[in-house]
Amino acid sequence: MKTLNLRKTWPLHVFLLPSVLLLILFNYIPMVGFMIGFEDFKPWLGIFKSPFVGLKHFKFMFHDPVALQVIWNTLLIAVLKIIAGSIAPFAFALLLNEVRMMLFKRTVQSLVYLPHFINWVILGGILTDILSTNGLINQFLGWLGVNNVDFLQSGNWFRATLIISDVWKEFGFGTILYLAAMAGINPNMYEAADIDGANNFQKAIYMTIPAVIPIAIVLVTLSLGNILNAGFDQVFNMYNPLVYPKGDIIDTYVYRVGLQQGSFSLATAVGFFKSVIGFILIATTYRLAAKYANYRIF
Amino acid sequence: MLKLSLSDRMFQIANHLFLALMAVLCILPMVHVLAVSLSSDYATTSYLVKFWPIGWNLDAYKAALESNNFIVAFKVSVLRTVLGTLLTMFLTMLAAYSMSKDDRYFKGRTLYAWFFVFTMLFHGGLIPTYLVVQKSGLTNSIAALILPVAVNVFNVVLMMNFFRGIPKELEEASMIDGAGHFRVLFTIFFPISLPSIATLSLFTMVFHWNSWFDGMIYMNQADQFPLATFLQALIAGFDYTKIGLNPSDLEQLSERSLKSALMFIGIFPILLVYPFLQKYFVKGMTLGSVKE
Repeated sequence: MKTLNLRKTWPLHVFLLPSVLLLILFNYIPMVGFMIGFEDFKPWLGIFKSPFVGLKHFKFMFHDPVALQVIWNTLLIAVLKIIAGSIAPFAFALLLNEVRMMLFKRTVQSLVYLPHFINWVILGGILTDILSTNGLINQFLGWLGVNNVDFLQSGNWFRATLIISDVWKEFGFGTILYLAAMAGINPNMYEAADIDGANNFQKAIYMTIPAVIPIAIVLVTLSLGNILNAGFDQVFNMYNPLVYPKGDIIDTYVYRVGLQQGSFSLATAVGFFKSVIGFILIATTYRLAAKYANYRIF
Repeated sequence: MLKLSLSDRMFQIANHLFLALMAVLCILPMVHVLAVSLSSDYATTSYLVKFWPIGWNLDAYKAALESNNFIVAFKVSVLRTVLGTLLTMFLTMLAAYSMSKDDRYFKGRTLYAWFFVFTMLFHGGLIPTYLVVQKSGLTNSIAALILPVAVNVFNVVLMMNFFRGIPKELEEASMIDGAGHFRVLFTIFFPISLPSIATLSLFTMVFHWNSWFDGMIYMNQADQFPLATFLQALIAGFDYTKIGLNPSDLEQLSERSLKSALMFIGIFPILLVYPFLQKYFVKGMTLGSVKE
């Protein structure tokens, strides 16, 4: 019986083979590479011969004020992005859902999705230009009588700039799921509410919002798994040494310390810390989403 | 249709104005860049340009297209996007087809599923991954930009969910006629799934076109950079020699308009595929990502 089954299903194993090999090479072997974080890695000695030093680099990380600041920055920026980035698409989808002119609706949608598809290299370049001292935004503020704002040079402004520009880039794309959920609401219910004399505001509060809340909860829950991903591409393309104290995040720190300064072991230890916490968070949020909202990956 | 009350009408007007404003805010920065790239040296260096070019000229685009390094980077990007998308889509279909099978029929499916999903939960991190790519000897070849990202588990999951919706009878009928799994996949599943395949292909293309970090760490020579990496290097620290141009030839050209022109060229291919993307991606994104 078993051989008979394998005779029919061997092609399925063959189909999966290339993917499995690639995942082993580029995903599973690097997991083993975490050993580097527990040793004084010397590239010429390799992973297995470099001296083992236990938790040395982890101890250093938890006593180094720069590393602690970096972890704090990551959490703060990510949490603020999650909050702002969850509210904006929800609110935008609600407003867009009130529009009855299809052409207008579709045009707005097409335009707000656009920044999602441009990478942070280019958007970073554009924003650096627009937000510079002479740039468009400061010209506009000057016209309103406001003094120059150092969006990219002063720490607190830099964080605000990161969060607002991230919301700007992604809110349009984030509305897709909400709009799809709203489109799925039975129109008969709205007609019934019309006859009962409900106005648009009441319909939104009592019908539309409750209908999309489950999806909102799933999305917010899942986004919590990303709490240590504050956005490498964005920060890397917008920051400068002036704002390192407030803007440096784990991923940019690992890149600078590891690849630029060559401290492979310390950078790997920090990266390992991030991956372990990330794993716990993602596994937990997936479980929660599966338990309470019936969300399944497979 | 019931008549709208006054307050409803006021809301409708305010809402339309607000939505239009948000839509405009999403594209205005790009319009500004386009205007700067088309403006004269004087207008750009003194920050006069807003949303309409001043002193219209195409010098920045001419300079960009005359730069050998730019052309090379553009070609690397096109090659990487084409090869990377073909490979990823081929692997996605093979893997998704196998995984869409019933666990009772395909023993080991659950094991494979965990093996795939675990890579979504836990990452090797930057440094170990970098060392593996280096040790495997891929550095400085286009394979370093394609192979490490060739398997996209999320795509496999979306595709698998789509395949599961295809009636079993189709497959069984052709199996009885003597077709093997490979044949079933490419003569039955493939044509039915074209919308999904188009969605995922477009997403993969955009991903490859936009990727810059791997180019920066895996390619040692600037003449092997894909366009996004090349632009990153240029924007981060503007250096005329990086684009292979002699500063003295460019007296009439401001750094700002050249940068802007390069950025706009970097966006342009996305603008070209955008209408096609639009058509599919709403369906593609909602498909399988949130289930009732």
